[in-house]
Amino acid sequence: MKADDPGILWIEEPQLGLSGRMYLPIYMHGLTTTFRHMKNSLLGKAVTVSYPDEEPHIDNPAIYRGTHRLNRDSQGRVKCVACFLCATACPAHCIDIVAAESPWPDREKYPQSFCIDELRCIFCGMCEEACPVDAIELTSLYNLTGRSREEMIFDKEKLLSVYDQTHEREPMRSPEMGGTV
Amino acid sequence: MATVIIDGQEIQLAEGERLNGVQAAARAGIEIPHYCWHPGLSVVASCRMCLVEVGRRDDKTGKIAMQPKLVPACQTPATDGTVFVTNSKKVADARAMVEEDLLLRHPVDCPICDKAGECLLQDYHFRYGQETRRADIKPFTSRRRELGPAVTLFVDRCVMCSRCVRFCREVAGTSELMVANRGAHEEIDVFPGFPLANKLSGNVVDLCPVGALGDRDFLYQQRVWFMKGHSHVCANCSAGCSIRIDENQDQIYRIKPRENPQVNRWWICDEGRYGWKHVHDPNRCVTAQKRQAAGAAPMEWSPLIAELDTRLRRSRRLAAVVSPHLTVEEAYLLCRYVREIDAEAALVLGPVPQSDGDEKYPGGFTIRAEKCPNRRGVEQIITHFAGECAGWEHFLERLTKERFDAVWVSGGYCSQWHDAAAADRFSSADILIVQDLFALPLMRRADYQLPGAAYPERDGSYVNHAGRLQSFGWAIRPPAGAMVEGQLYWRLLKRPGLYQSRAVLDEVARDILYFRAAAEPVPETGVDLNCTPAAGAP
Ligand code: SF4
Ligand code: FES
Repeated sequence: MKADDPGILWIEEPQLGLSGRMYLPIYMHGLTTTFRHMKNSLLGKAVTVSYPDEEPHIDNPAIYRGTHRLNRDSQGRVKCVACFLCATACPAHCIDIVAAESPWPDREKYPQSFCIDELRCIFCGMCEEACPVDAIELTSLYNLTGRSREEMIFDKEKLLSVYDQTHEREPMRSPEMGGTV
Repeated sequence: MATVIIDGQEIQLAEGERLNGVQAAARAGIEIPHYCWHPGLSVVASCRMCLVEVGRRDDKTGKIAMQPKLVPACQTPATDGTVFVTNSKKVADARAMVEEDLLLRHPVDCPICDKAGECLLQDYHFRYGQETRRADIKPFTSRRRELGPAVTLFVDRCVMCSRCVRFCREVAGTSELMVANRGAHEEIDVFPGFPLANKLSGNVVDLCPVGALGDRDFLYQQRVWFMKGHSHVCANCSAGCSIRIDENQDQIYRIKPRENPQVNRWWICDEGRYGWKHVHDPNRCVTAQKRQAAGAAPMEWSPLIAELDTRLRRSRRLAAVVSPHLTVEEAYLLCRYVREIDAEAALVLGPVPQSDGDEKYPGGFTIRAEKCPNRRGVEQIITHFAGECAGWEHFLERLTKERFDAVWVSGGYCSQWHDAAAADRFSSADILIVQDLFALPLMRRADYQLPGAAYPERDGSYVNHAGRLQSFGWAIRPPAGAMVEGQLYWRLLKRPGLYQSRAVLDEVARDILYFRAAAEPVPETGVDLNCTPAAGAP
């Protein structure tokens, strides 16, 4: 993209107001936050947890960005249609898909193989956002471990099994939540 | 000279030039969206996407009188004084309406459609369509049926432009495709028992402005935005069609025609379109080997080249078989090299595969019988060095009578190009060097077995059957272990750095009169070598 591309919206940086230019109020504002946290931790309301003895609490698993899963459709088949939009959106290039004609009469294209290199992934959630059929989602599974690099390349079966493990706790995004059927 | 006014811009047309509104506007840098019109096909003006306001400027008074209704630009000739208005509200509304109508019953299955990314329906929708969809129709999947061995039809994606039908009638002359039913139920189809099986059938996929016609070979192989296109020249026959090779990370996915009014216009044949499979054949030779008593042993290129050079320079009688698959530059370097060692070296044109005859199509397209890209170019190079160009059969005869110290054979053919009997004739040579793609009899018998390049990996120029020279760069790199012929010859000639085909072509153009026209930078469409000024001309 060139700098004169009509698709670029140029935004002027807002001018600093008086308080901004005086610097002190902003400084005080920052320190207040620091002291608030200090007070909280002194009162025993610490936000850090002693992982792994203690499991962290995840507020809203629906928006947490952990291990990926591949969702299943109503018939238990992989929901992905192999459109490659996640692979296109992925800034870390960690998704590798091989598409093929689907074996089912009611669907056209499906992923013959679908691999995510979890080591390469930066958990930005772009894939989830790009997916037109909500087939890929990030779950709240955060403790990703493996003994080798190969083990950390999740294939289709593994990603589907993550779905099987998590779909009760973390339901698929419903149409009401902006998801597709 | 005619003056045409487009959105207030005046453009001049040359004498005798016949353009329609779409072409005239393109001259002025203004796009008029169109589906059914294609420069290579007849005009039907059925899609109505190109509707514009048209008027006429009075020569004497200079007053402009506009027609009250919108008219299709594709069907309106741009004559002196014609006025086209493409940026009015009326035109914008008409375009948005056509787009909305086309999308009414369109499945909108872009995520799984191979055309997505290069689809006119998509592009025009974003440029000229409405923001919101008023019809409340859920996306669905398209019905699909196979039209022939190469082409499949996604029925519901079609916008009924009828380009494919006209192509089969006018260019291929085989008329397999038809429009079945009427009105909103119109569908493209073939007659039962008469599949779309002509040798130009792949072109309908390129012509289809939407994703209705799919290439079965390319189907779901790759999304179009991942591929890089490289201008190249087809090597499957001596027509030398301009092509674009679409590749991703050195893997070819498809080949498309590249517009060249001098050669193939907008088309290529299916032989060329799918004629790249041998490039990724797992049986290709990829290790340079030296034959020893105990069998062939792999060898690194650098010591091999040094050894080869020393041994060749010690030999006295040399011969080289120059394949018609080599580029002009490569042929030149090879001839140059062997002639440098032995000024009398025999230079032979490799076998020229022939089919039964040229296949002519009513639209003017011809598939040539000569199944190699550069017979003419190589012939000229050999004639320059040797005074005459000996053929393969002749050389095989000669081999029975004469002994050569070293014979260099270049291949590059995609199929079995000689038999074991021919290979046996080479047994008298002390050193046999073969560079080829596959382990054919000659390769197996060679003392130096060198893996070579296929045409998408080459850099250089081909001269087609009509004497048109087209230059191209490599589209993909050769598989690890293989070396492009040009690079090898370049190193044998001890030239510094990497092989530069343009530098060699300059030399060729300087040395050989026939190639004189190639001294200037060669345009994308090539240069006609027949127009070379005669010898002695200033
Ligand atoms: S299949 Fe494609 S080329 Fe043929 S009529 Fe439909 S949209 Fe046009
Ligand atoms: S392009 Fe003019 S009507 Fe279709």
